[in-house]
Amino acid sequence: MIKILYFARLRDSLNCGEEQLEYSAAIDTGKKLLRTLKNRGAPWQDALENVQLLMSVNQTMSSPDASIQDGDEVAFFPPVTGG
Amino acid sequence: MISIQQEDFDLAAEYQALRADAPNIGAIVTFTGLVRDFNLVESAPENTSVQGLFLEHYPGMTEKSLAAIIDTAKTRWSIINTRVVHRIGAMHPGDQIVFVGVNSAHRGDAFAACEFIMDYLKTQAPFWKKELTNEGERWVESRATDQQAAERWKAD
Repeated sequence: MIKILYFARLRDSLNCGEEQLEYSAAIDTGKKLLRTLKNRGAPWQDALENVQLLMSVNQTMSSPDASIQDGDEVAFFPPVTGG
Repeated sequence: MISIQQEDFDLAAEYQALRADAPNIGAIVTFTGLVRDFNLVESAPENTSVQGLFLEHYPGMTEKSLAAIIDTAKTRWSIINTRVVHRIGAMHPGDQIVFVGVNSAHRGDAFAACEFIMDYLKTQAPFWKKELTNEGERWVESRATDQQAAERWKAD
C-alpha cells in the first residue's frame, strides 16, 4: 500500500485529503501514479491536469520521474504560499 | 529551533534566546512577517479587502523542509544558531505570521542567511494561505517574484 495526501486547493477540488492505494508496477513512479489518478475521470482528470502541481515522496520534494516504493507516502499539492 | 504553532510568538523572547550565545556572537538579524490587509491574489478585484487568513501546512514535511533549508544556510554562511517560527491556522491582518532569527560572529553572514532562509521558506516549505475576503474565500496564488527571490541565491 502507498499513502497519498492532497493539500490546499487540490484537496478542495478533489474533495479528498488522504487515501491508500494498493501498490503495483502501474504506480511505481510519480508519472505513472498521476496517470492512474487522472484515469479516474472527473474531478481527478481536470484537477490534476489544470493546476501547477508539486509532488513529494516521503516528505521530500520530488520530480514526477521519482520512483515510488511500497509503503511510501506520496503527496500532491499546489505551489507553496507560506511566509 | 523550528516551531510550527497556532499561537503568537514573542519577538523579545526570540531575540533573547538568540542572544544567549553571546559573547560568542557579534550579530543577531531577525525578520518578522505580518499578515497584510490588501489582497495578495493578483486576479482579485481592486477593492477586495482581506479580513483574515487561514494557514494550512503538511505536518512532518514542513519541519523536515525547514531543517534542510537551515542546514543549507549553515553550509553557506558562518552562522551559529537559527530560530524559525511559523504560525498556522486562523490569523487576522496585522498579526505576526513568521519569524526568522539568525546569530553569527559578523553581521554579513547573519543578514545573508536570514534572507536566504526566508526566501527558501517561501518557495520550498509546504504552507498554503487561504484568504478570507469580503467576496469569499480564495487560495493565494504563488508569486513569480518569490520564485525569483529564491533563484538569485543559486547565482553566487
